[in-house]
Amino acid sequence: MGAKTGLWGGDAFVKILTGNDLASGDVIWWAGDGWSRQVSDAADVGAHGDDLARAEEAALRVVGAYVIDATLGEDGVRPAHIKDRIRAFGPTVRPDLIEQPTEADIGKWVI
Amino acid sequence: MYRYDSYDQAIVDARVEEFRDQTQRRLTGALTEDQFKPLRLMNGLYLQLHAYMLRVAIPYGTLSGKQMRKLGEIAGKYDKGYGHFTTRQNLQYNWIKLADAPDILAELATVEMHAIQTSGNCIRNISSDQYAGVSADEVADPRPWAELLRQWSSFHPEFTYLPRKFKIAVIASDDDRAAMRLHDIGLKLVERDGVVGAEVYAGGGMGRTPMVAPLIRDFIAEDEIISYLEACLRVYNRYGRRDNKYKARIKILVHEIGVEEYKRQVEEEFAHMRELGLNPPVEELARIRAFFAAPAYESGLSDDIDRSNPAFALWVDRQVAAHKAPGYAIVNISLKPIDGIPGDASAEQIGLVADLAEAYSFDELRVTHAQNLVLPHVKKADLYAIWQKLVAAGLAEANLDLITDIIACPGLDYCALANARSIPLAQKIAARFAAAERQAEIGELKLKISGCINACGHHHAGHIGILGVDRRGVENFQLLLGGSGAEDASLGQITGPGFSEDGVVDAIEKVTDIYLAERESGERFLDTYRRIGMKPFKEAIYG
Repeated sequence: MGAKTGLWGGDAFVKILTGNDLASGDVIWWAGDGWSRQVSDAADVGAHGDDLARAEEAALRVVGAYVIDATLGEDGVRPAHIKDRIRAFGPTVRPDLIEQPTEADIGKWVI
Repeated sequence: MYRYDSYDQAIVDARVEEFRDQTQRRLTGALTEDQFKPLRLMNGLYLQLHAYMLRVAIPYGTLSGKQMRKLGEIAGKYDKGYGHFTTRQNLQYNWIKLADAPDILAELATVEMHAIQTSGNCIRNISSDQYAGVSADEVADPRPWAELLRQWSSFHPEFTYLPRKFKIAVIASDDDRAAMRLHDIGLKLVERDGVVGAEVYAGGGMGRTPMVAPLIRDFIAEDEIISYLEACLRVYNRYGRRDNKYKARIKILVHEIGVEEYKRQVEEEFAHMRELGLNPPVEELARIRAFFAAPAYESGLSDDIDRSNPAFALWVDRQVAAHKAPGYAIVNISLKPIDGIPGDASAEQIGLVADLAEAYSFDELRVTHAQNLVLPHVKKADLYAIWQKLVAAGLAEANLDLITDIIACPGLDYCALANARSIPLAQKIAARFAAAERQAEIGELKLKISGCINACGHHHAGHIGILGVDRRGVENFQLLLGGSGAEDASLGQITGPGFSEDGVVDAIEKVTDIYLAERESGERFLDTYRRIGMKPFKEAIYG
């Protein structure tokens, strides 16, 4: 799907697909061949995100699916907006409840 | 407390089964999300940032021990072990599975609770004074009025699809503990010639266009309140804007056509409504009122409190309020520990407060719009035993109405609408001002934080308010001064350019320093601000 590299090199810009599991409500990420609860598994959906979202919603595997911008770098996939990073991470005030998106400095990863 | 009759129970039970069927059809694909969404919202089930969120109605903030215990059990069984008490006296669960939602509603129904009308463009949960029925200065207990309005507004066929949501508050004291004038309609019970009636305020609210509700009628008798509110809602339902959700609240209508014109139209409609005989029979009012009779207070109790333990004495001075019955007190339980999350309580804490209500408070407790809890009928002789149990449970913070008693919406940590996180900021402010002596020196200071313009954290009504905004993907915080949700209601004014999270904590410290330097004897922060104005504070903040 051809991730684009940033203007100054470094992290590549990608499109990833997220939503909530229909039955559990859990935040999920499209991993290329199915859904994952780890943003680190998210795959670049290129220009096909909206079609995928419609198909997966129709198949009752996801609700509220939407495409977001993200970067792909040494630390893996990182959603561009803080709101989506908090979705990936969990509430920043409840570290006991978080999903672990990366082994890197997690606090810095979110903020 | 009010108890369901067979009609109430049948309605709630039927709704549970209806929603169970709707949920099953959604899970099997018979309903699309577009079809299902309005149905789940009618039952308080949102899809939030991390998961489904269920908002449970707590009518006028009153609970029995059994109801509270059930809320804790649900938190432990279906959620991640905690719940969040909101600024509308409700409770929200953050981690609900769709498949579990019907079972949760069924469990709530066993204790006469539900989540109906906690979302949608309908009349929401009626809110009231957490000291209702126990405050010495109230004209009458506002809860029977609130219950009457609850029954009237539940499934009201004409007002199920209003232009926008509609919030009503009822108080009965000169001290407004319910932010009454910041509701779509506020009622204040008053007495005239020996008859209890209500002053009616309409068109208040917060959100992106905050307004303090003007008085639209100085007296309406109890037996005509339903007709009068029908008239208020009818005018709004007919002329409120439906083309723009940001201009759809009643406050916009009242503002755009003017208070006098709105009053004229309501009076015209009221004259018509009066002829229809829609008011409830006085027997029904008496039936409702009987549920709220005062409990069997013991007589001859001492008002003495042993204050030999300094930490207990500090807690008593801050958290205990005067009760109308000799020998009794009102206990405020803080849900604002310095390192905690405003309004959050664990399943165990919820269970403990249920136990305390049953053992020490005639099986009754209250939820406040400031996200705290209240035991309304406590013998002064029992205060020490209660305090010891609260200390053990991490619920004995002594900070009611102080700078660390912060109202904060869930913010970007939980809310899909938010632009910035409210809770970490509340925690930083609380940590900065944690010293009890410093809080006491500053005195009453109501600090309120919203993570977006929707103002669930009541930032417009904070003596100090904070609004989180998104500045090109980075959290930024605007500071407001001079708001109040109390009887001296006012809207805060923005100081100027916004701050980073750390920057706004520093700014608040500068603001409180100015207050301490400039205050005159007996002045609260708000009083000093109103006397000296914004300028000295701006100079201190922005140099």
